[in-house]
Amino acid sequence: MSYRWDFTPVVTNAPLLAEGLVNTLKVTGVSLACGLVLGLALALMRLSRHRLASWPAGFVIEVFRTTPPLVQLFWFFFALPLIVGVEMTPFLAACVTFSIQSAAFFAEVFRAGIQSIERGQWDAARAIGMTHGQALQRIILPQAVKRMIPAFMERAIELMKTTTLVATIAYADLLFAANEVSQKSFRPLETYTVVALIYFFVIFLASQFARLLELRLARSGESTVH
Amino acid sequence: MTLLRVVGLTKKFGPHAVLRGIDLDVQPGERLAILGASGSGKSTLLRCLNFMEMPDSGTVMLDDKVVGRRESELVRVRQRIGMVFQQFNLFPHMTAIGNVMEGLRTVRRFPKAEARARAGKELARVGLADKAETYPAHLSGGQKQRVAIARALAMDPELLLFDEPTSALDPELVGEVLNVIRALAEEGRTMLLVTHELGFAYHVATRVIFLADGTIHEQGTPDEVLKHPTKERTRAFLARHKEFSL
Amino acid sequence: MRWDFASVFTNTDALLVGAIGTLHIFVICLVLGLSLGLVVGLGRYARTPWFRWPATAFVEFFRNTPVLVQILWFYFALPMLLPFEISPLAAASLGISLNSAAFSAEIYRGGIQSIEPGQWDGARALGMSWGQAMRRIILPQALKRMTPALTNRAIEIFKMSTLASAVAYVELLQQGKLIASLNYNPIEAYTTVAVIFFVFLWPMVQFTYLLERRLRRSE
Repeated sequence: MSYRWDFTPVVTNAPLLAEGLVNTLKVTGVSLACGLVLGLALALMRLSRHRLASWPAGFVIEVFRTTPPLVQLFWFFFALPLIVGVEMTPFLAACVTFSIQSAAFFAEVFRAGIQSIERGQWDAARAIGMTHGQALQRIILPQAVKRMIPAFMERAIELMKTTTLVATIAYADLLFAANEVSQKSFRPLETYTVVALIYFFVIFLASQFARLLELRLARSGESTVH
Repeated sequence: MTLLRVVGLTKKFGPHAVLRGIDLDVQPGERLAILGASGSGKSTLLRCLNFMEMPDSGTVMLDDKVVGRRESELVRVRQRIGMVFQQFNLFPHMTAIGNVMEGLRTVRRFPKAEARARAGKELARVGLADKAETYPAHLSGGQKQRVAIARALAMDPELLLFDEPTSALDPELVGEVLNVIRALAEEGRTMLLVTHELGFAYHVATRVIFLADGTIHEQGTPDEVLKHPTKERTRAFLARHKEFSL
Repeated sequence: MRWDFASVFTNTDALLVGAIGTLHIFVICLVLGLSLGLVVGLGRYARTPWFRWPATAFVEFFRNTPVLVQILWFYFALPMLLPFEISPLAAASLGISLNSAAFSAEIYRGGIQSIEPGQWDGARALGMSWGQAMRRIILPQALKRMTPALTNRAIEIFKMSTLASAVAYVELLQQGKLIASLNYNPIEAYTTVAVIFFVFLWPMVQFTYLLERRLRRSE
């Protein structure tokens, strides 16, 4: 093989790539936090007996689960600003899209978790005079959340992979930084290989952590909900 | 004053009528044993009294006041009526004392120290003071049910509902739970007890009710119903439970 | 603001070309991904480490890197090592297929593992070889349990096909971009594209729900 590998440009541009990685983690973190809160709200609406609450929640969940994330991102970045008349930065568009998108997935995890708690727990909570909200907060959710942790971890890892899409709307995440370095240095092979390995390293670590957590939860006698 | 009065209570599950018009008065200090074949509506009747199930029609009165259907009202009524379940339904993420404190803390808004002191007293009453910090997963069935009884007692209920409290227990563990219930009876507490332990019902109850097809088929003193039943179906039911010793 | 879908509908041909492009890459990746996944999944079962280790490494690597990174690697990086260019379709298909192979390999593995050991015993007692037992006894039963997970994978592949637009492969989203930039109507263009995807995917999703329910009932 005649190709001569040269990693020098990648090394000299390491700060750019590091900044990209930080931005990737930033989008992931913000979307994860917002997605969890919003996901719980969607799940509770979906489980509500009032159709005025359950139908819109079901609609949002279905739409965001059955359209491609990249289409959603383009819609929020290019179309939404014209409708509501605000300026949209790539960061904001990414956070909004991925928050709602992960909320749609988290909502189903929450719902499955809540429904997996035996009816007797609701009975016992109501029998000592708790309201629906008190029972949910004190008795049902603490048990459900523990069962949902593996599914949450899996979703969080998926989310980190999905955030690479923001590179297509020119947000300076790790993948976008790779693109820049490769164009500047004419060294796409080295740059993309290194960046692929960085992603692999970070995501692999997260997966291993999730696996470990799942093992520990399984040993403590709590079952897993998917 | 009548503590609990039920008039014309009915309940359907889908097309199946489980309760077809129940009338019942309970005076303070009474202990009712409710008997009947499986599917006769015993548990449903009990669950309608504290509105774990919503009756389809009829009224439930507490101290001669009709109980409405708003959540705030149901919550208040449930605090006055304690319930013990067949499957215990302890909260697995809380210790024994945590289970007993939960109602005091969340519903009654007791300060923590006060709730803990009170819960400790209730655990001692059921003989489990030494298991206060144990999680339900590490308790035997009989111990779980005693914690569940302490949890109900902590709310100072005026009426206790027992829904087959020993049916899920291994035979050797039944005795410890019945002993706790007997002690409560001796204190003069008002209680409704759905059970298959006919011997226990005979000795502890002040009145026995036999349910069949969602109605009260026969009722009277334990002696009348259990030893000298007048109705054919009551006799047939008792014949199938011959093993009980009076 | 006024919605004006007329400017989108005058470009129906462009959308049609895009839809064909989407279906084209979807079918390629579906066939390649699911069949390669079976090979890798069985490889993780092999007794010789010569198959087992590479299969495991393959699964771990492709499950733990983003598809878009893989596509860009195949498009921009790989040609440096090859004497020829790589087309957008080839790069995108490679990325999506290998990623789907890694995920479906785990589905096959889980499905095969879920079959009771008694079935292997029964097959071997009849004198079947490992391959015969796998083909005649184990896989037919395992496939039934795997169908919901596999149709879910198919849905994911369909959604992933939009990533091909990043290397300018002509599919629906790419055509949406084109229409939006030519007519200055991003709202209508992207909304239409989103609706088209929803129309394609919704029946697939409902079908998967149906399979899941049926499987749960039969177990």
